Amino acid sequence: MAVEKEKPSWGISPVVPGWYQAWERDSTLDLPPGSTAEGNVAPPAPYRSAAPGVITARMEDLLALARKNSLWPLTFGLACCAIEMMSTYMANHDLDRMGIVTWPSPRQSDVMIVAGTVVKKMAEPIRLLYEQMPEPKWVIAMGSCATNGGPYYRSYSVVMGVDHIVPVDVYIPGCPPRPEALMDGLLRLQDKIQHDARQYGGNNPHPPFRGDALPGGSVLERGSGASETGEAAGA
Amino acid sequence: MPSERLLDACATLRADPSLSFDYLRCLSVVDYEDRFQVVYHLWSREHRHKLVLKVDTTVESPSVPSVTGVWRGADWFEREGHDLFGVEFPGHPDPRVLILYEDFEGFPGRKSFPFHDYQEW
Repeated sequence: MAVEKEKPSWGISPVVPGWYQAWERDSTLDLPPGSTAEGNVAPPAPYRSAAPGVITARMEDLLALARKNSLWPLTFGLACCAIEMMSTYMANHDLDRMGIVTWPSPRQSDVMIVAGTVVKKMAEPIRLLYEQMPEPKWVIAMGSCATNGGPYYRSYSVVMGVDHIVPVDVYIPGCPPRPEALMDGLLRLQDKIQHDARQYGGNNPHPPFRGDALPGGSVLERGSGASETGEAAGA
Repeated sequence: MPSERLLDACATLRADPSLSFDYLRCLSVVDYEDRFQVVYHLWSREHRHKLVLKVDTTVESPSVPSVTGVWRGADWFEREGHDLFGVEFPGHPDPRVLILYEDFEGFPGRKSFPFHDYQEW
């Protein structure tokens, strides 16, 4: 039978594009009540007769389901994109219904929405905030400034895209993006979380990024390194 | 007006009861390429009149005495002028960098600043 030629059905949708590929929002990504997606015919399991109605799923899928439906963005805004972000949080475009609740501390946040122009003076605090967030964590670059500098391209004071500082998962175009665009970006991020759970298991692979803006890598490590050298100089 | 007499003039403008300029509305620096000009916009709350004071300084070593002793509000104006134009304000109580970050090279307010071939992350 054709079923035997297929791979073992340890996923629900066997064809999963990479995170870098464009994809349309796919309703089959959500966990279906029974794995009825095309090309994935689960073999009849013994417990089906013993306990009908029981659904099985991978742990990574369930974790991703929990994670993607309670994204807590770190509350900070840098420029006019933050105005659109605030209006997205408000009642008209209610983000609470997706489980997206702003949180004023990086320690409990999941996603960082970089909303606005990243000036060089702000680069180091942003990196510090990112490193204070616990894994798994995601970054959304909102607007053209955070994407590649936008209207401030090659300015003396602006970082040419926040991906010079932190790895970015979702880029949202617009100057500033409408609230609908931000909501679409968040939905894409939810898709990406589910995809990554399928593709990489429990790991959360950060996208490659140009971490060339701040020398020495980690801000936190550099802080401790400075104190060590200070102690060495003192000794 | 020559910059040597600036502080005397400012003290007079502030203290004279018929002038009584007690508010520095704006302090700006203009780059005329052959000279720098520091412009002071003054306002009197009592008489409700205003005055514009202009001081020229050289391009080679731009320096104008600080008026923070007369108007405390000149503090951040002068720090901004020093950041963007490199004009020295001797007598300033806190001449740290205000707008730019530490170790920035050049003065981006000047017309000679290489804006169009500026390329750094």
